[in-house]
Amino acid sequence: MSNVVLVLIEPDEGRVHLVSREALTFARPLAGQVQALMLGRVDEAVLADCREQGVAVVHEATDAELESYAAAAWATALERSLEASGAGIVLAGGTERGTEVLAHLAARRDLPMAANVLSVTSTDPLEVERQVAGGAVREQMRLDASPAVLTMAGHAVEASAAAAPGAAEHRPFTAGVSAADLRAQVKQVQARGGGDSSADLSAARVVVGAGRGAGSADGFSDVDALAQRLGGAVGVSRAVTSLGWRPHHEQVGQTGSRIAPDVYIACGISGAIQHWAGCSSSKTIIAINTDAEAPMMTKADYAVVGDMHEVLPALLEALG
Amino acid sequence: MASINVLVCVKRAADVTGEVVLNADGTGLDGRYSGYAMSPHETAAVEIAVSLVEESGGSVTVLTLGDDDAVEQLRDALAVGADDAVHVEADSSAFGPTDVAAAIAEVVRARAASGTAYDLVLVGNDAADTGSFQVGIRLAYLLDRPVVAGVQQIAVSDGVATLHVGSAAGTETYEVGLPAVATVLEGGVDPRYPSIRGRMRAKKAPVEAVTPEVTPRGSGTLGLSLPPPTPNKVTVLGEGPGAAPAVVEVLRKIGVLS
Ligand SMILES: Cc1cc2nc3c(=O)[nH]c(=O)nc-3n(C[C@H](O)[C@H](O)[C@H](O)COP(=O)(O)OP(=O)(O)OC[C@H]3O[C@@H](n4cnc5c(N)ncnc54)[C@H](O)[C@@H]3O)c2cc1C
Repeated sequence: MSNVVLVLIEPDEGRVHLVSREALTFARPLAGQVQALMLGRVDEAVLADCREQGVAVVHEATDAELESYAAAAWATALERSLEASGAGIVLAGGTERGTEVLAHLAARRDLPMAANVLSVTSTDPLEVERQVAGGAVREQMRLDASPAVLTMAGHAVEASAAAAPGAAEHRPFTAGVSAADLRAQVKQVQARGGGDSSADLSAARVVVGAGRGAGSADGFSDVDALAQRLGGAVGVSRAVTSLGWRPHHEQVGQTGSRIAPDVYIACGISGAIQHWAGCSSSKTIIAINTDAEAPMMTKADYAVVGDMHEVLPALLEALG
Repeated sequence: MASINVLVCVKRAADVTGEVVLNADGTGLDGRYSGYAMSPHETAAVEIAVSLVEESGGSVTVLTLGDDDAVEQLRDALAVGADDAVHVEADSSAFGPTDVAAAIAEVVRARAASGTAYDLVLVGNDAADTGSFQVGIRLAYLLDRPVVAGVQQIAVSDGVATLHVGSAAGTETYEVGLPAVATVLEGGVDPRYPSIRGRMRAKKAPVEAVTPEVTPRGSGTLGLSLPPPTPNKVTVLGEGPGAAPAVVEVLRKIGVLS
């Protein structure tokens, strides 16, 4: 098997997205050489992040048709850079885009794919451990194929700099997108209203979460205020989105976002396994709950036993 | 408005909300105590299909691949408005995502040959148990149809589906010519509950049993295990509003507050 690992990386405000940097860190020990593909402009800041991650080559697809997202078109670009790199493993962070594009690649090449991989347990044969059942279970899986197609579970590793920087040689190319690739392409993006701090929960450094304990759609004012005060985002449990109190894009967990903030303040959230799957990579968890025995309270680093509607105002006051 | 035929694919999966139990040889989940359900994404897909057909006319067929017990999930979908059901009889543990996609493609082709062409095929974004995120996309390639993943709302008009996908940036809109495939993510629609009449109807609704021709390659699963328990390391900062200064102290200590 070739010892090149090709990583599909995504941008985030001009830099390499945190989840993609984690994927590059994950790739390093598996690879003789890590190469990356970015759809969208590769500028100096992206190259600098790639250098720091030890990336040898950064492919950039330059087709104008790639400007508006179409998974099949991205997959075509990925196929071209796969041919150029001769990679034995294709990897992406387990984001919506990463998962979708890699599934297209796997379908086109009739390759097996493992999603939500936590670790590679053997390279010959290739065996991985991945999360299934929303993080409640781990699966050991073998992929008898080259290239193998893997997405990494969000925050399975922490992004870290390589021992020696990579050359990050910039290689623009034309993917040659076909009309069939553009049958399903984003026509319009309706951005969220201004001041929405939840735009990208997966990269937020502070997340203030609330669950059914918020009590109603009106019960989030202190949660919003605390998130704002700490420069963070709001994340909620599925109970909250099912009840229609908050939009689904704020949901943390198996069927929501996976977060890895420096601190997650979880208010009125029981900590069911599907929620835990999305928040367990937080560096520090502070739980506020009336029930001292709730799973969130016993798994957290710090716990406050109490009514969130009393604790949060006091906390906001103490913060000044 | 032209009527449309929608096929929705659902899966019987062990309910993993509570305690998760593995079967004796560690190859699958044991749902005998927890019960079984279709995943929230598939529940949303059924809702989308039923409301589309309520508006434009046509039919909703629900399909599952699994053993005899999986008919329970077909009846759940029939109870909320699906018209008929296909039970692909197979040992789902032997079927990997490639095999499931191939078996669904067989049904789509067979039904087209006998007069029911599906304009839209919906599957869940990922199944609650295996979470492999591929069946819908592989199916689209087998049928040579466009596919959109992570869809939360769909409208259909004049042979074009308008699909909404929630992303970090906002809501993305796709316009895709039919026939097409979509993988559905929960959160965009409010699934209805079955009425008593719906339940009665579901008992009598037709379920066609078919045997797949595909020889399964499997999923590559070597075994399952439970993650190590999270160590209990909690420090209780106090009770009620009086604990606020201690929380501020922690935020300072971890560098979130300067
Ligand atoms: C396939 C599947 C996928 C799922 N995906 C997700 C997911 O992505 N994300 C997710 O979150 N869940 C998910 N769930 C649902 C999950 O199992 C739980 O039902 C959900 O997380 C519970 O939300 P909750 O903690 O807000 O509500 P509850 O479980 O009702 O807990 C509310 C908590 O608030 C506390 N409380 C009540 N009032 C107050 C108060 N005034 N002050 C302080 N505390 C208070 C209570 O003690 C309790 O602990 C999924 C389930 C399934 C089956």
